[in-house]
Amino acid sequence: MLLIFVSSTFLSFSADKENGDKFDMGEMIMHHILDDYQYEIVHGLSIPLPIIIYSENDGMMIFSSSRLFDENHVPLEEGYNGFKYDHGKLKPLESGMSYFDLSITKNVIFLILTSSLMIIVFLSVARGYANKKTIPKGIQALFEPIIVLIRDDIVKKNIGSQYEKYLPYMLTLFFFILFGNILGLLPAAANLTGNIAITLTLAVFTFLLTNFSGNRHYWKHIFWTPGIPFVMRFLILPIEIIGLLTKPISLTIRLFAAITAGHIVILSFIGFTFIFQSYFVGVVSAIFVVGLNLIELLVAGIQAYVFTLFSSIYIGMATEDAH
Amino acid sequence: MLSFLLLDVGLAVIGTGLAAIGAGIGIGLIGGNAMTAISRQPDASDKITAPMILLAALVEVIALGGVVAGLLVVFGVGG
Repeated sequence: MLLIFVSSTFLSFSADKENGDKFDMGEMIMHHILDDYQYEIVHGLSIPLPIIIYSENDGMMIFSSSRLFDENHVPLEEGYNGFKYDHGKLKPLESGMSYFDLSITKNVIFLILTSSLMIIVFLSVARGYANKKTIPKGIQALFEPIIVLIRDDIVKKNIGSQYEKYLPYMLTLFFFILFGNILGLLPAAANLTGNIAITLTLAVFTFLLTNFSGNRHYWKHIFWTPGIPFVMRFLILPIEIIGLLTKPISLTIRLFAAITAGHIVILSFIGFTFIFQSYFVGVVSAIFVVGLNLIELLVAGIQAYVFTLFSSIYIGMATEDAH
Repeated sequence: MLSFLLLDVGLAVIGTGLAAIGAGIGIGLIGGNAMTAISRQPDASDKITAPMILLAALVEVIALGGVVAGLLVVFGVGG
């Protein structure tokens, strides 16, 4: 802990030198939040990632993203293979051409990294659990209480008697969001769970799971709400449909806003050092950034818990019997 | 008189500040009620503290949504 603090203070000292051109904080923040076609490890050293595009003119094309730039890392105007790099996005040279972009971007690398980490960790936990003769220790001792917490307090309490059908999904959801959040806090990391496409996909999974497990009472409550006058049922219907859709939207935006705003605040404090160019600001902002990173660890856990909790509540509401 | 070039940025920052007021009031209420509950029954302090942190995180996210919206305007995303 002390090491992290001391090393981040040194970062503030190094920021005291003059910058070549004026420091653009907005561009720096956006560069660290958004997805990109190359992996920038430190400033100036970046690994070009493969671009995989299926366009209707030329079919499937695979090429390195370094071909879109010249030696000074300025995007080429004429592009390559019919595409050019425009502010982080790949634009076709002839407008209106449809294409299917399957490139390995920074977020895809991080997706693969998160899933591999999950596979390694949980295979080891499962192997330890299968051997019931020894007391759990090591990684198993860390993850088993968390798994039991999710099983008892989140899934069993909210879904009730059929919780075992949904438990694998809930556990995967929780640990994917937790690992994705925590990995995103490391330096040179991609903002995986703060990408609205990723959170939207997770919310859509929950949405589909909820609606495919809804029983008769669930659908009856939505389309033909019992207990209110006949005419009111037609007025309540659009409100119920909107209520059906607000659940995945709120799940999406909650996770996206929490993680992205956390990253933006940390990056802003680091950027203050570069704007003010003074030792004092550097030291104070380094202290604040360490504190903010600890808060972000707490937020990482809380947001994973909240997403899983709300998913279980929605599934529980969809599968509960008539009362 | 407000310089017309920064009117959108100024309004966005005011909006973010209003969202922060909302979060401050919300979390203050949660914390205040939690303090009252703990003072009435100190044995239950663990059971009260855990949901308090959770609810504070939920309310915080709404304020952070305001921050993100304000930042989107300030950095000119979406022109």
